[in-house]
Amino acid sequence: MLQILNPSGELLDDPPMDVDLARRLFRAMVTARQYDRKAASIQKQGRLATYAPFEGQEAAQIGSAAALRQDDWMVATYRDAAAMWMHGCPWTHLLLTRMGDERGGSPPEGVPVLPPSITVGAHMLHAVGLAWAARLQGSDRAAVTYFGDGATSEGDFHEAMNFAGVYRTPTIFVCQNNQYAISLSRRRQTASATIAGKADAYGVPGVLVDGNDLFAMYRATGEALSRAREGQGATLIEALTYRLGPHTTGDDPSRYRDEEEVEEWRAKDPLERVRRYLATEGAWDEGWETAIAEAAHEEVDEAVEEAEALPPLAPVGIFEAMFAEMTPELAQQQRWLLDSRHGPA
Amino acid sequence: MAELTYRDAVARGIAQEMERDPSVVLIGEDVAKAGGVFKTTAGLLERFGPERVRDTPISEEAITGMIMGAAMNGLRPIGELMFSDFLATCWDIVANQIAKTRYMTDGQVSLPLVIRTANGGGARFGGQHSQSLENWAMAVPGLKVVAPSTPADVVGLLAGAIRDPDPVVFFEHKALFAGKGEVPDGEIVDALGTARVLREAPDITIVALAAMVPKALEAAAELAEHGIGAEVIDLRSLVPLDTATLFASVSKTSRLATVEENPRLAGWGAEIASIVTEEMFWDLDGPIVRVTTPHIPLPAADELEDLAIPSVERIVDTVRRTMA
Ligand SMILES: Cc1ncc(C[n+]2csc(CCOP(=O)(O)OP(=O)(O)O)c2C)c(N)n1
Repeated sequence: MLQILNPSGELLDDPPMDVDLARRLFRAMVTARQYDRKAASIQKQGRLATYAPFEGQEAAQIGSAAALRQDDWMVATYRDAAAMWMHGCPWTHLLLTRMGDERGGSPPEGVPVLPPSITVGAHMLHAVGLAWAARLQGSDRAAVTYFGDGATSEGDFHEAMNFAGVYRTPTIFVCQNNQYAISLSRRRQTASATIAGKADAYGVPGVLVDGNDLFAMYRATGEALSRAREGQGATLIEALTYRLGPHTTGDDPSRYRDEEEVEEWRAKDPLERVRRYLATEGAWDEGWETAIAEAAHEEVDEAVEEAEALPPLAPVGIFEAMFAEMTPELAQQQRWLLDSRHGPA
Repeated sequence: MAELTYRDAVARGIAQEMERDPSVVLIGEDVAKAGGVFKTTAGLLERFGPERVRDTPISEEAITGMIMGAAMNGLRPIGELMFSDFLATCWDIVANQIAKTRYMTDGQVSLPLVIRTANGGGARFGGQHSQSLENWAMAVPGLKVVAPSTPADVVGLLAGAIRDPDPVVFFEHKALFAGKGEVPDGEIVDALGTARVLREAPDITIVALAAMVPKALEAAAELAEHGIGAEVIDLRSLVPLDTATLFASVSKTSRLATVEENPRLAGWGAEIASIVTEEMFWDLDGPIVRVTTPHIPLPAADELEDLAIPSVERIVDTVRRTMA
């Protein structure tokens, strides 16, 4: 397993980034955690629909996303807000996707991030298609896709890996193995020793990475991207991590796991080891962390305000968003529903 | 008599059949340890053990494909698809394999299996987790299609489905899970293909299914205040379809309205309208009207979702218009 920074914050290898970038990414993880906790808390107040927290997976998401070039594609899931934000998708949009507002699914110009996939698995194939198109267009853009350990049981995963192997597409598969798919443990999801090992079957390199290690994730993703840009095809990265929270705000994890196990993983917190490393480098003090935490708080609160202040979607939108040009039968149904209230009689 | 929620009725129905027949097994995502993400299978693992109640990896194709195999070899398996939307991820198995097996073996191979799945909108789950797909299943020759509206019907029809020698897609409606109803004690077994007249009245027949049934009943009560007597029929299953009950009602009322949650084009009500038009055109006093969701994916926003799914108000308006 690739590990550069161990849980105690000790370097096991050369760091893949300078201290400035490490500070910037630490700050990003602090901000992401603040967002995650805020989202879960306003969900409890009924201000968001079901929310899937990512606490514990910050390094896996921030470390990998930070290695991307701005024009690389990102295709992720409901649990990957940190990665999507790191790649340029505003918190406001991410909140909107959880407020039942389809405007959240349409990120700003120049942010090549697809809406989060709620259907488990399908989106991995889209990443292969995006990467294939990039190659045909002669560009060296890559596509990264995020998914969980559970998603590797869907046929989509195997078909995506197979195509990526055969077409040599510049696709980076980032599996965040957070040990659970709702209630099903990783051990009962697949009899394979590792998920990374599945890559062999498709002629694609598979790397097992400490997903709670920001440095290891950054390096592994960077190396995969270099290979992809050089025409050497796809890579599967298995990021070994842990979902510290529930599957979603509607889930009660005590039904299927022990608190002890959670505590074990808490000790491997992805933020803590970077904090320790930075402190050793003389690049961390409590005052700075308090300041960045406060700034994160404000940044996230502002996003919530902005999302909540947006006027609701207009009812006509549900018809207008259907086709480039409205079909006659839809126009008729729109009249029935919105104008004449209701119906043909 | 006990008062049960619709979700508890699911577990009760499965337990009744598992108790009676050791060949009944249940598999699906999160059905065992977690008791189902909608808690519809709570307690079954504890009661029947991990061999008969089993969590699966996330593979709808494997769930349905495996119960097909098991059904050919002596089991009466129940496979759960967490959301009916995921029928689309295993449609080859369901539509090409399961549905066609008896026919393509010249009637020899029986597939006594049930695919249970959480169907329908109202929970703000958005376009990919809210669909009403009973009309998809209805469109495939070889599948039986059941969609109960009350806890008692859940138990009885589930038993009927499990005992049926042919594959049944059993749609449980998410918006009904929390609702309660009286369920008789003891064994309940209901015949598939029997509709139920829930309210008798002379002026118009309103046909509904699943979560549209309580709305149709509420609309009928309101229509009564406007002097319109609406008879309400809960179809309960689309395949087999109880046309006898339907025809008897329409021959009395001479008018028909369908209330469907599925998107408008090719919704099940269109089939009902077509059958009734063909068989009973001369008995009708006016056009058959359909109240449906427009032909759109369901919006995730609460107000828009409520607007899109047929409401009591929309049923009342549509019926009053056609009676005017
Ligand atoms: C095709 C499909 N099947 C089932 C589900 C229901 N579901 C949502 S999330 C989930 C678990 C996913 O686990 P994993 O891939 O490990 O990702 P994690 O949620 O742990 O991040 C399931 C079964 C779904 N959304 N889509």
